[in-house]
Amino acid sequence: MELRRDVFQAIADPTRRAILTLVALQAMTPGAIAEEFNATRQTISRHIQVLTECELLRQEQNGREIYYHLNAQNMKTIADFIEPFRAFWDDRFNKLEAVMKNYKNKK
Amino acid sequence: MERKTQIHAEEGKQDIMITREFDLPLELLFKAYAEPELVAQWMGTQVLAMNNAPQGNYRFETKDKEGKVVFAANGTVHTFIPNQKIIRTFEMENGPFEVQLEYLEFEALDEETSKLTMQTIFRSVALRDQQLKMPFAQGLNWAHNRLEEILHQLTK
Repeated sequence: MELRRDVFQAIADPTRRAILTLVALQAMTPGAIAEEFNATRQTISRHIQVLTECELLRQEQNGREIYYHLNAQNMKTIADFIEPFRAFWDDRFNKLEAVMKNYKNKK
Repeated sequence: MERKTQIHAEEGKQDIMITREFDLPLELLFKAYAEPELVAQWMGTQVLAMNNAPQGNYRFETKDKEGKVVFAANGTVHTFIPNQKIIRTFEMENGPFEVQLEYLEFEALDEETSKLTMQTIFRSVALRDQQLKMPFAQGLNWAHNRLEEILHQLTK
């Protein structure tokens, strides 16, 4: 695809990040996405277009409705995808370790 | 260096296995899960209830500066064997997830180090996948720099 938009540019925008956050949890129609924002349908539709162009969103036709999914296939391996989940637990367990070392020293 | 916290989530399965080795003796690691004041510190939440016995309950609540509840979760303890094992349910209140079953196993590696193995079982594969994506989704808002890095590697 020529003129593929830059993904960094795509996620630099807070509204577009919010859209990705929404569809990461469940596939949504453009109308349902637009309802979540205080912006015109047109504005949201433009954001969706940008996200689709850089392949962060994937369209799926379901009857008369179009649903947008987070394009997990864009991630080479599941490892990349769950890295934030791992990082979340790693942070939490680092905290546990620090709290308990402190506790041990105080005793 | 090998990563201390590891995640195993096989495709098409409805559980997540988290393992972590700690630079702590077994007794201290277990205490971090057993003492409400300590749980509160490392989880960064208020512990409203914690009855560590079969059919005992626990409840967490986190408020923001304005006093608004931003996170609440509760569960029932099924098995509580000090320095060995905790089996309990976990449910986020007002969240999109249904109740989960947690198996926590504690073991000593040597006198100064220990290991935690945590298996979480979900009602369905879809719910498990949703949970795995949560920090990813939040990460988009909170730390999109990290995502940029991942995406940058992907586009190479």
